[in-house]
Amino acid sequence: MTSAETTSSPVSSEPISIPPSSGWLVVAGKEFADQLLSLRFIVLFVILGMAAALPLFIAAEQIRSLAEDVSGLQAVFIAMFIIGPPDFAIFGLDFTVAAFVGLTAPLLGIAFAFDAVNGERAQGTLPRLVSQPIHRDAVINGKFGAALVTISLVLISVVLMIGGFGLLRLGVVPTGSELLRLIAWVALTLVYVAMWLAFGTLLSVIFKRAATAALVGFGVWLLVALFGRFLLNLALAIVVPIDTTLPAAEQLASYQWHALLNRLLPPTLYNEASTVLLNPSVTQTSVPATLGELDQAQQQIPTLLSLDQSLLLVWPHVVVLVAITVACFAYAYIRFMREEVRA
Amino acid sequence: MTDIAERPAPIVTRGLTKRYGELTAVDGLDLEVRPGEIFGLLGQNGAGKTTTILMLLGLSEPSDGSARVLGFDPAHEALQVKRRVGYLPDSVGFYDDLTGRENLRYTARLNGLRGEDAEHRIQQVTESVELTERIDTPTGTYSRGMLQRLGIADALVKEPEILILDEPTTAIDPIGVVGILGLLRNLVEEHGVTILLSSHLLVQVQSVCDRVGIFAAGRLIGLGTVPELASEYGADQARVEVSFEGAGGPAIERIRTTLGKIPHVTSVESGAGPDEPWVLAVEPASADREVREAVLGAAASDQLGLTAIRSVNASLDEIYRRALQTSGLAA
Repeated sequence: MTSAETTSSPVSSEPISIPPSSGWLVVAGKEFADQLLSLRFIVLFVILGMAAALPLFIAAEQIRSLAEDVSGLQAVFIAMFIIGPPDFAIFGLDFTVAAFVGLTAPLLGIAFAFDAVNGERAQGTLPRLVSQPIHRDAVINGKFGAALVTISLVLISVVLMIGGFGLLRLGVVPTGSELLRLIAWVALTLVYVAMWLAFGTLLSVIFKRAATAALVGFGVWLLVALFGRFLLNLALAIVVPIDTTLPAAEQLASYQWHALLNRLLPPTLYNEASTVLLNPSVTQTSVPATLGELDQAQQQIPTLLSLDQSLLLVWPHVVVLVAITVACFAYAYIRFMREEVRA
Repeated sequence: MTDIAERPAPIVTRGLTKRYGELTAVDGLDLEVRPGEIFGLLGQNGAGKTTTILMLLGLSEPSDGSARVLGFDPAHEALQVKRRVGYLPDSVGFYDDLTGRENLRYTARLNGLRGEDAEHRIQQVTESVELTERIDTPTGTYSRGMLQRLGIADALVKEPEILILDEPTTAIDPIGVVGILGLLRNLVEEHGVTILLSSHLLVQVQSVCDRVGIFAAGRLIGLGTVPELASEYGADQARVEVSFEGAGGPAIERIRTTLGKIPHVTSVESGAGPDEPWVLAVEPASADREVREAVLGAAASDQLGLTAIRSVNASLDEIYRRALQTSGLAA
């Protein structure tokens, strides 16, 4: 063994100032580099690429007719994201770019986070990592940040590709407000992805084995995104039946219950918000509360909302999604902080 | 380094206790590791060594008592402790896809080392653990012993004042162990690093430890240098090994009689085979030189065909067993 070692060992008990913010950036940098070279990244690209390509391909012809149909007011550019082949739906979802992204976003969120902490544990790197001078939350934040940036990059490039396709092949030029709507929709989607990332991270802290975390994560996704709505509506049909023989006011009350409980499911929140942002002609997400409101809604002159009005409409949805994200994070922190990390 | 002795004890614990429900893993530990020494925490698996180490690093909160590491409380100032303490966990792991150098670079960055400084430091520690040739290959291809050495390099990257090593010699071949122990000795002597290591392979580490603490069932049942512990628990015995050529058949009885007559020899054990050494127990231990000279004299006058003679140090294994018996913890 050679003696190439420390030239000096500073012997001091002075507290060394440790910048509180740098730890998570180092973790994020390493994780980001890992992600870009990983198989996961390729799968992500393929899935989101499919989300873009398939509906767009089928819808390409429709766009032209749509463009001819509508007046100059209609938002044709963003219509690319919300039109799909008619009479074609998977699991009750329309086959559109927005719907496909909404369906796969949770999947991506979980896939990028389910092994964040327990993967380190399995490799035996966790004891080394937590014995470095960084806060433990830096580990979670860094991994979360890196995954979110990775997914954002791919999502944004896919949206740009769709836009490019529209511009070049279909000759659809976006207006300023359409661009802003699209940006808002991407931001909303990232909030939604972040929520699932936080959930996946929480699973990776709770479950010691990555396989268990993945299974539970995908199980929850399947339940919430696909069967959840189905099961919930089935249950609601029994508990709060919508009886058409009842007076209209009571029917409305039942409808409201249905809408409220459906909104407990994050996918419902996302889909409603997504529809509002991408379709300026959607002017409300809630079921009319009174007969008067119903009357009003029916008499409403079809109109296009301005972006700020649409944003106002989806604001509560975004707040709830962020709240769920924060809750997942908080619980993950608490679990991870208290944990004793053994080899 | 002359100033080492004047430094305050870098690791001090007072009544340090860790309970997991009913189980008490570490029970009222009072320990003081002196500056610039290699302290061995010895004991069987499950004796509480790793739990103690985790508490010293702030990775586990003590149920009771307190610890000070370089003047900091690991439970509340963990970052300050982690900045100064290099830690090699038991069965250390690395990112398989990254090379050894990339793994070390990550650790360097987490410790705020960047650029030239970091690269220079990585090169230094790589050389000191003799991994230069393989440092740029993915760690997934490393053998267990190489991972262990990379783990030591990893703990050294931050230029620690204290090195805490959990089972550093496990999974390393005997020659590798000599190298590792030599490296540790060098760190202490040249750079004044204080080392706390834990091991269940008692014999392997006894040569390198300045002092050892013997751990059993969460309690420290023996503390001191190996000779000190030997006189405390060795019942003041020394051993002398003697070999004879062709010691078979009737010669055995002759040898036994001759050796048995030597003063201070309390027992004579013949070797398991004709060429195996005989073992003489000597009491008191200080008489072993006298006994060796008497054996030489007797062998010459009785023509026993002596081929080898040597004193054997009390082994830590033996001390450990006796310490366990004394404390009533023997299985």
